[in-house]
Amino acid sequence: MKILVPVKRVVDYNVKVRVKSDGTGVDIANVKMSMNPFDEIAVEEAVRLKEAGIATEVVAVSAGAAACQETLRAALAIGADRAILIETSAEEAETLQPLAVAKLLKALADKEQPQLVICGKQAIDDDANQVGQMLAALANWPQATFASKVVVAGDKATVTREVDGGLETLEVSLPAVISTDLRLNEPRYATLPNIMKAKKKPLDTVKPADLGVDVAPRLTTVKVAEPAKRQAGVMVADVAQLVEKLKNEAKVI
Amino acid sequence: MAEYIAPLREMQFVMQELAGLEQVAQLPGCEEATADLADAILDEASKFAGNVLSPLNYSGDQEGAKWANNAVTMPAGFKAAYQQFAENGWTALACDPEFGGQGLPKIISTPVNEMWKSANMAFSLCPMLTQGAIEALLVAGSDELKQRYVPKMVTGEWTGTMNLTEPNAGSDLAAVRTRAEPQGNGTYKVFGQKIFITYGDHDMVSNTVHLVLARLPDAPEGVKGISLFVVPKFMVNADGSLGERNDAYCVSIEHKLGIHASPTAVMAFGDNGGAIGYLVGQENRGLEYMFIMMNAARFAVGMEGVALAERAYQRARDYAKERIQGTEVGVRGGPKVAIIKHPDVRRMLMNMRSQTEAMRALAYVVAAAMDAAKHHPDEVERAKNQAFADLMIPVVKGWSTEQSIEIASTGVQVHGGMGFIEETGAAQHLRDARITAIYEGTTAIQANDLIGRKMAREGGATMKAVLGLMQQTLGKLAEAKGEQFAVIRARLADGVAALAKASEYMVATYGSDIKAAHAGSVPFLKLTGIVAGGWQMARAALIAQAKIDGGDADPFYAAKVITTRFYADHILTQADGLAESIVAGASGTMALAEDQF
Repeated sequence: MKILVPVKRVVDYNVKVRVKSDGTGVDIANVKMSMNPFDEIAVEEAVRLKEAGIATEVVAVSAGAAACQETLRAALAIGADRAILIETSAEEAETLQPLAVAKLLKALADKEQPQLVICGKQAIDDDANQVGQMLAALANWPQATFASKVVVAGDKATVTREVDGGLETLEVSLPAVISTDLRLNEPRYATLPNIMKAKKKPLDTVKPADLGVDVAPRLTTVKVAEPAKRQAGVMVADVAQLVEKLKNEAKVI
Repeated sequence: MAEYIAPLREMQFVMQELAGLEQVAQLPGCEEATADLADAILDEASKFAGNVLSPLNYSGDQEGAKWANNAVTMPAGFKAAYQQFAENGWTALACDPEFGGQGLPKIISTPVNEMWKSANMAFSLCPMLTQGAIEALLVAGSDELKQRYVPKMVTGEWTGTMNLTEPNAGSDLAAVRTRAEPQGNGTYKVFGQKIFITYGDHDMVSNTVHLVLARLPDAPEGVKGISLFVVPKFMVNADGSLGERNDAYCVSIEHKLGIHASPTAVMAFGDNGGAIGYLVGQENRGLEYMFIMMNAARFAVGMEGVALAERAYQRARDYAKERIQGTEVGVRGGPKVAIIKHPDVRRMLMNMRSQTEAMRALAYVVAAAMDAAKHHPDEVERAKNQAFADLMIPVVKGWSTEQSIEIASTGVQVHGGMGFIEETGAAQHLRDARITAIYEGTTAIQANDLIGRKMAREGGATMKAVLGLMQQTLGKLAEAKGEQFAVIRARLADGVAALAKASEYMVATYGSDIKAAHAGSVPFLKLTGIVAGGWQMARAALIAQAKIDGGDADPFYAAKVITTRFYADHILTQADGLAESIVAGASGTMALAEDQF
């Protein structure tokens, strides 16, 4: 069984991002970039399925500028077998939107014929939470999103999902798309020998045009702004005053 | 957010643009050390340091290593962290590929080790000592000893220790009294007590390989009568399995100012009939073997200085950004502000940061020189680089560690009263830093090595060559445009002149009045550090300015020029005063009679 794992290069979670002064987006020049944490969970899950003898090959794929190679090498260091970069220009990478990525992945899935696509549920930069679902729709495959547990047996996957009311368990037939939630697993730290081996694993590059996909943006960003600053708090004298304020000022009780 | 975040951008700059990773990667045997591999390794190491080791730093300090019944229990979390550290291959990073290591050069292992030390210095001492023991075995051990012990030390399954010090043999190892008696079957029985043995016992691994300095029965007195022995905690069978417990026990551990999680053992060898040992190399050459690896050990301790300075800076910086206290000076009735707005807090942070950057720059440049000294195909280049590294290692060790104490102390100061409170964490860095200027040779030992073995013995030739390189940098500074570079050039020129004057005095005085030379040796080491650090900062600023001129908008480069300017104004200006105290100060140092003290 082949598993395709899409990974996205995003601003590292430790970085405090700044909104560009013209309000067109977030300034990502000269900040540390890393693999989207949900995608790390996806790579880890795929590698575990391979280690368990269920999967035979794990292919990491990323869409974006040449620098995404670093992210793919990180996936290879965790244990993916090979990687594919769908290389765009730097300008295209900036405006690459979920639908375009889903189309690219659909085209790649047609070529690679994986039985499973495991992706992060969303990327921590734009928080769109769309690619997995769009890909499933385009490929006409079943989808199981926000997975907290995945069991693959035969041509079916049983997926436990974290939903508002608790846990929901779905059975999907393969091929399918699974998107990972935070509690699915705890990704390993790559070992030094695997970091060194990752350098020698195959990494192929294709262009969006090779896949016949037009990656031009369909959405327009109107404005990006920082959240409003939190107002300073006040000390209340006693419980009575607190209740009074909650009732009459905040109007929450 | 992790408490320690490795300064990856700065590390990459120093490795790649200042110390010349690319040149190291061209050396035979270092071909794998490319920038992309180095980035991938540093990236993963930074995660491990920040997320696994750093969270155990404070708890390890508070809990400390515990001793009972001749055995040490490590603080909570250390065993699991160590096992993960070893399983992930970090112990093998710089080791010889013949014994299972990755054989990566110093220019890569140095920043990685810096991260372990910054994240958790007490933890980092265990792999560091093991590395030293591996190198000693590889330098002098027989093939059989190497095959039996080294591979499992490389994988981290076993750890190593260095047993040199005894109650009456500290800086003066000629006084070593531990004895080894030949058993007639190729083995020896070792008897004696060793103190200050880092990780002499612990519960993180199944076996510990002690390297022990001891005297044979008919050995000559003094340093020429000391031999080196392997004494395992558990005997190792021919098939590699563990046998009987050897007569080598940790009989207590020390209560220390810092590095509480690192067990500092009193080791008793042979209290129950004799600890079985194996001779490493030839008889009576033990100290010589130790000295071969001494450079590496001293460099590693110098890096502890860099690492603790970085950690102290990060904590002080984060606090200064959060702590609201007072209004901005000059703004009447203004709002309360974070203390980073206050000029003196800024001065302290810049003082910490600029010196840490200078120390790191010098250390990584020396690391690259050590790689060239080992791997360069041309013998002349190897010798040149070795001479440079030999000259600078006591400086990296002595200067970086002494400054790390000052920097960690400044870090406490930035925190005000909170800095004096243990829970804040700033105090631990100061306590941990204090040992670095003592072990592996005190600052005075480093300084005497610098002026004696490294300068006077060769008439100051290497120092003159280094001063020549500094002149070349001054030439480039003169061509650079703008006020910043005019000031940097003027300050560095003064510093270089001061170092030249003091060097000349040292070489001359070493022969004519060695007491006067020794009286000024520590200030001379500090002067060398300040000027060499300033030289590397100036080189860094020139590289940064070239990037800026080429249109690179990365604010890192602009900051580097500003930090260099600060260093020039605040640190390099100390050079003149130090030179004066070296050249003129000896008479006062030695003038009082002993009974006047």
